[in-house]
Amino acid sequence: MVVRPFLRTLRTTAVALTLAGAMALPAAAQGTLRLGMTANDVPLTWGQPDNGFEGFRFVGLQLYDALINWDLSSADKPSVLIPGLAESWEVNPDDPTKWTFKLREGVKFHDGTDFDADAVVWNFAKLFDEDSPQYSARQASLVNFRMPGFEKVEKVDDYTVEFTTKEPDSFFPFQISYFLMASPSKWEETKDWNAFAQDPAGTGPFKLDVLTARERAELVPNAEYWDPDRVPKLERLILLPLPDPSARTAALLSGQVDWIEAPAPDAIPRIKSQGMEVVSNVYPHIWPWHFSRVEGSPWNDIKVRKAANLAIDRDGIVQLLGGYGVAAKGHVVPSNAWFGTPSFEVKTDVEAAKKLMAEAGYGPDHPLDVKMTISASGSGQMLPLQMNEYIQQNLAEVGINVDFDVVEWQALLDIWRAGAKSPQANGTDGVNVSYTTQDPYSAFTRFIRSDLAAPNGVNFGYYSDAEMDQLFTDIQTTFDAAERDKLLAKVHTKMVDDALFLWVVHDVAPRAMTSKVKGFVPAQNWFQSLTGVYMEE
Amino acid sequence: MLAYIIRRILYVIPISLGVTIIAFALVHIAPGDPLNAVVGADAPAEVVEKLKRDYGFDQPLPFQYARWLGRALTGDLGNSVVNNQPVAASLAIAVPNTLMLAITATLIGFVLGACLGGLAGYFQGTWIDKIATGFGVTGVSVPHYWLGIVLVIIFAVEFNVLPAMGMGPGGSAGWEWNWTHLRHLVLPAITLSVIPCGIITRTVRATVAEILSQEFVQALHAKGLLHGRVMLHIIKNAAPTVLAVMGLQLGYLLGGSILVETVFNWPGTGYLLNDAIFRRDIPTLQGTILVLAMFFVVLNLAVDILQTAVDPRMRRS
Repeated sequence: MVVRPFLRTLRTTAVALTLAGAMALPAAAQGTLRLGMTANDVPLTWGQPDNGFEGFRFVGLQLYDALINWDLSSADKPSVLIPGLAESWEVNPDDPTKWTFKLREGVKFHDGTDFDADAVVWNFAKLFDEDSPQYSARQASLVNFRMPGFEKVEKVDDYTVEFTTKEPDSFFPFQISYFLMASPSKWEETKDWNAFAQDPAGTGPFKLDVLTARERAELVPNAEYWDPDRVPKLERLILLPLPDPSARTAALLSGQVDWIEAPAPDAIPRIKSQGMEVVSNVYPHIWPWHFSRVEGSPWNDIKVRKAANLAIDRDGIVQLLGGYGVAAKGHVVPSNAWFGTPSFEVKTDVEAAKKLMAEAGYGPDHPLDVKMTISASGSGQMLPLQMNEYIQQNLAEVGINVDFDVVEWQALLDIWRAGAKSPQANGTDGVNVSYTTQDPYSAFTRFIRSDLAAPNGVNFGYYSDAEMDQLFTDIQTTFDAAERDKLLAKVHTKMVDDALFLWVVHDVAPRAMTSKVKGFVPAQNWFQSLTGVYMEE
Repeated sequence: MLAYIIRRILYVIPISLGVTIIAFALVHIAPGDPLNAVVGADAPAEVVEKLKRDYGFDQPLPFQYARWLGRALTGDLGNSVVNNQPVAASLAIAVPNTLMLAITATLIGFVLGACLGGLAGYFQGTWIDKIATGFGVTGVSVPHYWLGIVLVIIFAVEFNVLPAMGMGPGGSAGWEWNWTHLRHLVLPAITLSVIPCGIITRTVRATVAEILSQEFVQALHAKGLLHGRVMLHIIKNAAPTVLAVMGLQLGYLLGGSILVETVFNWPGTGYLLNDAIFRRDIPTLQGTILVLAMFFVVLNLAVDILQTAVDPRMRRS
């Protein structure tokens, strides 16, 4: 009879062990993720990050939230906007320049203070009110251009704010997703943004623990995050700036980091051979040639533009990229709601291209000379030299002789901003700058609306079309999302039918990680969620 | 001797002034706006103008220079336009890291180079000479950026015996003098030592060979001195030249390790410069160039004084 108590004890122990095991699961599913970024430095931690969208991806949206966030939970469909620190928002039907935002109650900043309407007003004063004590010109320079129509924001009650825009603007929800909320009380402690950057307080899923400029940022989970489903599983996230692609790849292969952004394409087979994973997914990016449309530009002839689009071998370029790219069919991918129904198909058809060139008055004996300004490197530029040389060869076949003006990346951006007519453009017929197509303004408006030519915006080519301008006026006053998307599809249809750009490829953002990294969902977005990621033992 | 030292120190003043002008002006030669690289792609003009005023970029260049020089004399090198941190504070972190790397590399280069060069010079024309000279030529010719990558591939990726990058598990802030951290120094220091090693090998070889051909060496041998004692005299005679070369090399390494520091992600002045160049961080660039150039000036001064102390002939001249 001694056996029975023994069995009972054994059973109890087994149950206890199982329970303990189950309870220990979250702990086992944690660990430290060391992530190698492409940035030269840790993106700014004081609210609005620098280093472009990589800064938003790894610092901005980990430490902070916007009133409206992106849904980054799916890899299968393009991301959409979802409630963030605002639970709902609506435009005033009687006065569409006014937007009412109902804020989420019970949200706390990392310093324990409440997030409320005062915090929203304070954060926008930081960026738009030069007379406010918290005004930061540096932060304003990083983000204000994303909301060109901001007029004011007022508190209605503790959890309601009302925004006013200069003119009706249906893109407002997209724009507000870039504005991140920092803790006013934390700033009040020192009244110094440099000090705030060292010990910041946002509402994001992670909190900053360690910051060493140019070396590392260490983030720890915010256990009190307002969305319980997005409390990070990781114990610690270490962000390391590793700008050199070979150094980044070597760091991964030698086990010093667990995840790298943008591995060198030629290193991918080696990375895979070590049992590591290369994750990729299409995201809102386009690698185009942006044409000058000023008087005398060879790209003013639609036949030439179409011929160029038909002449290039996009599959060959994707191959050059180690398979990590998607041949472009337009400015956005066909699965995008804004793609529309263009009648001109962007594909490779060299014979058709030659025919179009002949119709335009060019041929093997009478080639067309064009000059394009390109860079040797740069953010989102993929392999600019090799890809441009490939295109140069393709275009030569149909009678377009391309001469490149290769400039440094920042110089190219200066030319792009200054416009095709500027002296520094040096008479170029176009630029090769890769673009985000994340939101409609970044994807279309800024390049197409005629009033956004330099110095008002980055309509580099001085493109001007009354029909397009009218479409954008209509879009900005269409507040029903489905209707607005239909109008955007019309814009894109016309863009493709008029061959406004030379579209080449969409990047697929390859990122390499060890087999221990689990739970990552590559969203079809420039931003990514790291809250579901954990390290397997 | 004292008069020489004072004279030599006085020379430093015009040289330093020249250095400040070049450090300041050089970064303004690059075309484009000083803030374009740090503000958002289509930042509003009024915000950019406000930033320009904040950083004083709206003033005429001579005025900017005078203000910068005045502040630099008090140790204030301005704030970075990228992260707004004081440049002096960034340098205070980066300079010791670079010093650690540069001194280690110079020591490796000097010890190895002096031994190889001495042997090559002493056994001129023999196979020892050929091997040492071959090594020296290779050292000078190999691009250290490439060598760094090769060493990383061999020792970090293939054999996984040394780390590929960084200053240790906690970065430079957590640096300790133990093997866990020192192993991070091995590959960058070896990479960086190859050029000075080659140059010192060649210099020592040429100097030793020249001294050996002089009559006083024959006289020493004729007096019946042992080889060791003769060697001591040779070393003493060769020392000023070698010291001058080593001093210059240390100066080069302090400023010239941009590529190596980038390949190994070593958070020193080279890495700082690289970052500042790509982002057109003018205050950081100016401050870093100035500090590195001043290192060079001070090192040259130290080498000159040391040479004078070692070689009485220079005192007399």
